[in-house]
Amino acid sequence: MSAMKCQFCSNPATLHLTTLTNLSEKKVVHLCDACAKQQQIVTEPAEPLNIPAIVHMLLGPHLSPVSEELARLTCPECGIKYMEFRGDGRLGCPHDYDVFQPGLEPILKRVHRAVRHVGKHPPHHQLNRERQAELLQLHHRLRQAIGVENFEEAARLRDWIREKEAADESSVG
Amino acid sequence: MNLQLDSLLTTTGEWLRGTGPESDIVVSTRIRLARNLASFPFTNRASAHQKAELEALLREKIARLDLAPALSYLIIGSLNALDRQFLVERQLISRELMNAEGPRGVAFDERETVSLMINEEDQLRLQVMRSGLALEEAWQDIDRIDDMIEAKVSYAYHEQFGYLTACPTNVGTGMRASVMLHLPALGLTREIEKVFRSLQKINLVVRGLYGEGSRASGDFFQISNQITLGKSETGSLAELGGVIHQIVTVERRARNVLLREKRQELQDRVSRALGTLQHATMMTSDETMELLSSVRLGINLGLLDDVSLPTVNELFLHTQPAHLQKLVGGSLDGEERNAARARYLRNRLRQQLQ
Repeated sequence: MSAMKCQFCSNPATLHLTTLTNLSEKKVVHLCDACAKQQQIVTEPAEPLNIPAIVHMLLGPHLSPVSEELARLTCPECGIKYMEFRGDGRLGCPHDYDVFQPGLEPILKRVHRAVRHVGKHPPHHQLNRERQAELLQLHHRLRQAIGVENFEEAARLRDWIREKEAADESSVG
Repeated sequence: MNLQLDSLLTTTGEWLRGTGPESDIVVSTRIRLARNLASFPFTNRASAHQKAELEALLREKIARLDLAPALSYLIIGSLNALDRQFLVERQLISRELMNAEGPRGVAFDERETVSLMINEEDQLRLQVMRSGLALEEAWQDIDRIDDMIEAKVSYAYHEQFGYLTACPTNVGTGMRASVMLHLPALGLTREIEKVFRSLQKINLVVRGLYGEGSRASGDFFQISNQITLGKSETGSLAELGGVIHQIVTVERRARNVLLREKRQELQDRVSRALGTLQHATMMTSDETMELLSSVRLGINLGLLDDVSLPTVNELFLHTQPAHLQKLVGGSLDGEERNAARARYLRNRLRQQLQ
């Protein structure tokens, strides 16, 4: 491996990225330290790889340009914009999977070649579902109350949330 | 808590125990699950207050898990840089957790088979380690722990997308299974590239010893599944297991070819490696890995019988920067560290040979 040369200059490559897919293509990128930094794959010597940058480099050309409609999407729950997600590859809250669904599905298809989960599901999930929705709502109201400095309301909501979470546990535990 | 950490120094933990199926080639098996709670934003979007609340909540739930052996909890923010690096070297925490900010922690058992990270990229990262090739056993273990936790908290789960994660590359099962292989013969016969090319049709990722961002050193490779959506956990594990068996077979074949056709050369190589480790006065981390890799091969092929496999595994871990600095009891710069590493190797191998 040490004989490999960086694809961006001709220095010896120290970083080798490989993705194996069965779309009859293997993507291999060889980089030297300097170019890896320049491509923002490695940010600092001691830090982990910048995964979103790698994903962008390997998959970037395949992703369709963002439509105006998608670009305008913002999650009402956590406030993340679709473009922010596209920028660093991380979503803001569980809700985003519904809000950004039209944009996410092509990405999931590209990464996983599937858009539907198969496998384990949480055994207590059905029981928790309505409570989840309710808790999300309560947390939202709590943040709003804190935002407008209504601390009396916030304290009441906080206790309510704690009570519900305790009840959740005793009923399913 | 520091006392407890230092007590780990005398052991290697589960993954370097050097036992289990195919342990001459398969060093360890690791499965991790990414989980988040339904009622909180993901870690990168959570306020300091929410992270603190989540850390306290999950810590409390984990403390009440009925697990044997019991888990100890460490607050990452209360550890110094050396101790954090130490936990990374033992694979008890990820580099992401080491470098993150804000309230975060890890719970693990004294055998270092289970590790639960809080406020990583995902709020909860469960990890189970096994020595040797033990995908099924590791899955049964982590599946059970996952259910125990889910009985106490509401996971973010979506009917279509499965377990929801901060990064869409993990959504679905949230499962990443990794098997660490030692493939020195395929390296020597230059077949390794060919083997990895033949994996082309299966979505597997190959990485170095310390996972993402680490390059392959000492002929150690981690192979893991990439796809988490549209494939069940057991389906993914069966696929990965099948590939690992194939690689083990070709590595074993390459070892036999070397023994048959180049025995003298191989004997010389492994003996020189051991000799250098016993006598050098300066030793970089890379050279140590390379030489220990040759010694490990020599032991497994019966070419060296004066050193044991557990000792070599221990040396792989103890010569990592944080372990070495804790063992010699002080922080060392590059050159001092190389001298200390060589000294440690000399002493340790001398003890072994007596």
